[in-house]
Amino acid sequence: MTDVVETRATVTLRINGRDVEAPKGEMLIAAAERSGTYIPRFCYHPRMEPVGVCRMCLVEVEGPRGATLTPACYVQVAEGMVVTTDSDKVKKAQDGVLEFLLSNHPLDCPVCDKGGECPLQDQVLTHGSGETRFIEEKRHFEKPIPIGELVLLDRERCIQCSRCTRFASEVSGDSQIAFAGRGDRIEVAPFPTEPFDSVFSGNTVQICPVGALTATPYRFTARPWDLEQVESTCTTCAVGCRVAVQSSQNRLTRVLGVDSDAVNHGWLCDKGRFVIEAVDGDANASYLEPSRRLTSPLVRRDGELVETTWGDALATASSLLHDALSAGPDAIGAIGGAALTNEGAFAWERFMRGVLGTENVDAQYGDGLDPALVHALPLATINEMAEACTVVVLAGDIRDELPVLFLRLREGVVKGRTNIVELTSAGSSLTSLARVSLPIRPGEAHVVASAIATDDAPLTQLAAHPHGALMTSADLHEARRLIGDTGEGVVFLVGRPNVAESAEVIESAVRTFARRFPRAKFLPALRRGNVMGALDMGLTPGRGPVRSSRSERGRTTLEQLVALASGDQRVVIALGGDILTNVADPTLGRAALTAAHLIAVTGHGGPSLAFADVVLPASVAHERYGTVTNIEGRVTALAPKVTPPGAAWPDIAIAAELAEEFGQHLGLASPEDAAAAMSAAGYPAATALYAAHVEGVVVGREADLTPRRALDPMAFPGVRSADLVGLAPRAGDVQVPTMNTAALSLSRDLEVLEPREVSVPSPDAYSLRLVMNHVLYDHGASVTGTPALRALVEDVRVRVHPSDLTRFGAKDGDVVRLTSSRGTDSVVVTEDATVPRGTVVVPFGSGPHETGFRSWIVDATLPVIDLRLESQ
Amino acid sequence: MAHLTAPKIVSSRAQFDDSHTMSRYLATGGFSALRQALTMHPEDVAAEVDAASLLGRGGAGFPAGRKWSMLRKAPVTYLVVNGDESEPATFKDHYLVEREPHQLVEGVTIAAYALQVSQAFIYLRGEFALGLERVQQALNDAYEHGALGANIFGSQFSLDIVVHPGAGAYICGEETSLIEALEGKRGFPRIKPPYFPAAIGLYGQPTVVNNVETMSNMPWIVTHSGAAFAALGEGRSTGTRLFALSGRVKNPGVFELEMVKNTFRDLIYDPSLGGGIVGDKKIKAFIPGGVSAPWFGPDDLDTPLGQDEVANKASMLGSGSIVVLDEDSCVVRAAWRITKFFSRESCGQCTPCREGSGWLERIMYRLEHGGGRREDLDLLLDLCDNIAPGLTWPPQQTTICVLGPSIPSSIHSAITMFRDDFIAHVDHNGCPHD
Amino acid sequence: MSYLRADIRQRADELVALYPERRSAMLPLLHLVQEQDGYLSEEGMAEVAELTGTTPAEVRGTATFYDMYHLEPVGKYVVGVCTNIACLLAGGEEMLEHARATLGCAVGGTSDDGLFTLEETECLADCNIAPCVQVNHRYVRTTTPAAFDALVNDLRAGKREDEIPPHGTLIRVRRSGGLRASRAQIATERDAAQSAREARAGGAK
Ligand SMILES: Cc1cc2nc3c(=O)[nH]c(=O)nc-3n(C[C@H](O)[C@H](O)[C@H](O)COP(=O)(O)O)c2cc1C
Ligand code: SF4
Ligand code: FES
Repeated sequence: MTDVVETRATVTLRINGRDVEAPKGEMLIAAAERSGTYIPRFCYHPRMEPVGVCRMCLVEVEGPRGATLTPACYVQVAEGMVVTTDSDKVKKAQDGVLEFLLSNHPLDCPVCDKGGECPLQDQVLTHGSGETRFIEEKRHFEKPIPIGELVLLDRERCIQCSRCTRFASEVSGDSQIAFAGRGDRIEVAPFPTEPFDSVFSGNTVQICPVGALTATPYRFTARPWDLEQVESTCTTCAVGCRVAVQSSQNRLTRVLGVDSDAVNHGWLCDKGRFVIEAVDGDANASYLEPSRRLTSPLVRRDGELVETTWGDALATASSLLHDALSAGPDAIGAIGGAALTNEGAFAWERFMRGVLGTENVDAQYGDGLDPALVHALPLATINEMAEACTVVVLAGDIRDELPVLFLRLREGVVKGRTNIVELTSAGSSLTSLARVSLPIRPGEAHVVASAIATDDAPLTQLAAHPHGALMTSADLHEARRLIGDTGEGVVFLVGRPNVAESAEVIESAVRTFARRFPRAKFLPALRRGNVMGALDMGLTPGRGPVRSSRSERGRTTLEQLVALASGDQRVVIALGGDILTNVADPTLGRAALTAAHLIAVTGHGGPSLAFADVVLPASVAHERYGTVTNIEGRVTALAPKVTPPGAAWPDIAIAAELAEEFGQHLGLASPEDAAAAMSAAGYPAATALYAAHVEGVVVGREADLTPRRALDPMAFPGVRSADLVGLAPRAGDVQVPTMNTAALSLSRDLEVLEPREVSVPSPDAYSLRLVMNHVLYDHGASVTGTPALRALVEDVRVRVHPSDLTRFGAKDGDVVRLTSSRGTDSVVVTEDATVPRGTVVVPFGSGPHETGFRSWIVDATLPVIDLRLESQ
Repeated sequence: MAHLTAPKIVSSRAQFDDSHTMSRYLATGGFSALRQALTMHPEDVAAEVDAASLLGRGGAGFPAGRKWSMLRKAPVTYLVVNGDESEPATFKDHYLVEREPHQLVEGVTIAAYALQVSQAFIYLRGEFALGLERVQQALNDAYEHGALGANIFGSQFSLDIVVHPGAGAYICGEETSLIEALEGKRGFPRIKPPYFPAAIGLYGQPTVVNNVETMSNMPWIVTHSGAAFAALGEGRSTGTRLFALSGRVKNPGVFELEMVKNTFRDLIYDPSLGGGIVGDKKIKAFIPGGVSAPWFGPDDLDTPLGQDEVANKASMLGSGSIVVLDEDSCVVRAAWRITKFFSRESCGQCTPCREGSGWLERIMYRLEHGGGRREDLDLLLDLCDNIAPGLTWPPQQTTICVLGPSIPSSIHSAITMFRDDFIAHVDHNGCPHD
Repeated sequence: MSYLRADIRQRADELVALYPERRSAMLPLLHLVQEQDGYLSEEGMAEVAELTGTTPAEVRGTATFYDMYHLEPVGKYVVGVCTNIACLLAGGEEMLEHARATLGCAVGGTSDDGLFTLEETECLADCNIAPCVQVNHRYVRTTTPAAFDALVNDLRAGKREDEIPPHGTLIRVRRSGGLRASRAQIATERDAAQSAREARAGGAK
């Protein structure tokens, strides 16, 4: 945003007798604020279009008919403009507006959630007259009504600023709430049969300038003045939104979005916002439940997991590892790592490779991309994507996988900057925004990519599909026209639209694009919290610390599971995630875990713990200190807000202590140690860790320590001003190390861009190909551990194109038989015209894995899964 | 003495019961003006309207010719006719759409030709069910007659007109709010600048918005020339105009009178017009141009019915509706009822209008129905001042549209003209008239 | 599957085709829903959302801005009595009180037999025949209590149905000509342009 404004011409205007420079086109309210004159406001929000309705920002602007009262939020600066913000007339008008706003506003500040951090209350305290002149009866409404699963509305408190309704229509694009009524009977209302279930609903609560909208999980849990706060980074997905984390008495109470120009613009998704309930977890749940928070080390005795001391647990773990080492380091491996901090991942990589000598580490669960490929691509930043002329999306539904990235992308489309070309296997939230939406079936992405990149020759191959062609050459030409000849200004957003398909299909498509459009940039749509950091730290086959390449290539997750099941590998360390819940093929997972030993390093319970020999409890989000790296390679700091419960340890400490068991000092006693080691190798962890208020640092780019935007409490009520947001406990005492860019020798292995053969079996006319895509509210630890979100998990919905249903003699809502190479089961099908013909779509992670067809349907060793559908 | 010799320009068919039929329209010269206009250059038609110096009849009184000349050049432009007529005591457009619908259709077609617009909309107040049916019928008649649609009367000019029903909201008479309603939205007025319809109107395209009566003048101006129109009236107020007279007069109704040549006294007292006050009572006050206008007293009766003549006395001729209060009428009740109207009709966007109107209404209610306090008078005036700073006329405003600053008119007028009546209400703890 | 009756749905589609943008048909479409149901049923509003490319919440939000739409069922006859300034001066408040007594329902309420709903209205622009009374938005011009009672008797006896259709029916004259109405092709072209435009500007569903 800012860089665009800066390149434009500037104008000079006079505010209260002082000359002020401002970029042409800027709103007066913002220009005044930058130059130190704060104009009061309610409806104006810097991240939304102005509407000029509250009239609080009236100032005098000289015009042909003398000075007139003008809303500063709705007038652009102009050369020679003369503005007065402090005259008696302005003051009377503003005081009048404030008095009018209060006239019907209830006097319930003492019981209102917003009391203490309410912009209206603050305005009254600074400007309002003490006496009320309003003796009439106030407006009355039925007390708070739920307008969605997570949001309550107190209509009496609403000041009709329309921020929430504008957020819904303008920012998130799901207008499930709108103004109803007229005049002073205006109220915010959902449709009676359609609750406000936007995955971004919490933002409306955050930007409401009064206590009209409250979030069910936070309501009445704390008073603002009791809250302590740190600024940190959300690790629920890999976008890396900046957050203010608040707690009261060592309990997390609330997470608010912090406005970062580079990343989230202040917005959060509801998962990241409300997931804190999972941190506490449920102390009574079984160890096999993801909602169970682990507070003590566990070892298996007589078939049962029992609590023990750290000493005992570490000794048990190390003896398991020692035993396995007798068969060579290849008998050991680790799966997971995206839940670790960069520093934790760095330490675990040193432990696995340096201490144990194994190359078998993989932070991805078979649902990611080849890290060498990711590191070889010219990476785009999120802002580059938001400003791109064309964004090509070859990923799952990003509103489900990387929600706030959807908001950033949508903004570019709505503002007319960006065109979307989408390759989708199931229809997505981008489909209605896309200029071109190309339906792809499993195993086809690379063919479609060649068709776009070269000429239409591969189209004949697509057209020969037994279920018919899904696109015309006109569609492909339009896609190519939008990408241009070199891909200049184009960003490819690449992830895994389908986890029931070999990654090679997508990787091949990505290689094709990268070679054919040399000026295009890429943004990986990898969803797991710190997956980019884990890959950067080398918790992945073939890549070492700080994006270095390794000559030896260890086993991937899939290869480890096969080796575990066959006895070639004996021990697996699960790093921060539950293996069975995260892999697409839990049948193989169970076979692997049954045959081998499991050491689980995790904060939460989960079904895999049924197989665990040792459980080492780790601290989780908002308890940890360190850095993380988001999809664009931006390294930002994490700040702990609460201490972990019981005996849980930071993951870096667990690695260090285990190394001690092997008589080795990693020299990584603290995150600072790890950050310093990484920085020496050119990775900007230390910079991010110590420079508390910068927008993070992007790996491999000139360190740009842009200070994070100063926060207007009116725009982000509840978030204390940036200067007050303490980051790390030690920030300030330590000098910020300057980045050693010369040492930046991140290896880009360009060979991986060379074409490779991909072999996918031809489809037949009697089967449907399986698409398994991620949904936001799944059965993972964060959602199941959060009561407020658990209710939002949908039942498994099997979707098929209507014409396929007809072909197989079934109809919407029927129970049908699905048969794969592994087995057969009955399920209910739903018809959905956005599903490509010839495919069947099943959401990953919704519905438990252990039961029903979801537990066996995917054979991860196959490149694609073909299913038979029979009506009953 | 009233001056009644001027021709009837927009109400010439008033004497016929079947004035709304196509046969009557054709029998009385209907569509000859359009045929004539189509032989002229569009710019020459516009020049005639400019020469007529026809002031818009919707309330603001802006010259139609000038408005047309400000239309931004663009490939797509629209003409929108404002038939929302909801200003209390205004009922002249009601007359025109029910009784002379073909004249409106012909007027719109002439204007569209002059502006070279191919799509026009007639927005009619939803409560005009009969008017909506008659205008739709008139459109059907015109299409069948070749006076509308493709290649009108064999010319190169094509036009489509759609009649669009409102649904009950006074604010939709405000032109930008009307455009929102026509776009299928809540009738929230847009902020000017930048949303001047002539620049950014319907669907973001340049748009002319004119009142029903303004449009109904077109056929006569084309047939008789702009100069003939301008020869009527005086100064800036040319031609004739429909005046809607109501309240405590013996003969309320719509009267077409030459501008300026008559005074309020003529209109109210002439036996062929208002016929005097009911029961021959004394006049107490009158509203000269719709309830948004500051009130006049008996001393103002000799003011001519002209735009500038009324403006010079710090009020407005507005929509041409005159409401008469007699000596027995309660001014507090009248002002309360007008305030209640604004409170009900405020669109609710701007805080001062939304909250201010409701607060003022509640204070006025107390004064009229019991519970009034002496200090309420100052409070009323100060709150009015917070909506329209300075309480001047024309008003300054703290709001997006001028509905806000219209709210104070009746309260301010009533208090300044009849303070004693308010005191009597306070002392009597309610209305002494009850 | 359309909730709107086939004939109404056909008129709805015609209406949508009249405008350069679908959403413009909002108000006339809502009148059509009232013509079918007498009020704005949830199913009707949901279908209008589909026809106009908006969400049901936006349709309801838009509808509630306008006084003529009812979200709850109303009587067969909605009787509006004006008490605004001109009518006030001519006894509008007294007429409203009389209507309340005669119809046996509170202002804003519906009579027990479900025949009448009574409303206090703002100025109805018929100020020379005051106090002004409308039934289903038809002027009935009954300015005295006796005339009002006679009207009510007629309505109860079902005598004036030609002149006063049941509540909701607004325009009985169907559009029979016109550039757009006669050339379905223009409508199709517009729809295509519209969806392209929406795709660029639009909201994700
Ligand atoms: C609150 C408000 C209500 C209005 N109502 C009407 C109306 O009912 N009819 C009308 O023609 N103009 C009305 N106007 C004026 C219109 O905004 C606009 O000036 C007019 O339609 C232009 O037409 P004209 O130039 O032919 O007069 C209203 C203005 C305001 C501020
Ligand atoms: S002044 Fe009143 S009616 Fe006009 S835009 Fe503002 S709130 Fe709406
Ligand atoms: S009107 Fe400018 S902030 Fe509300």
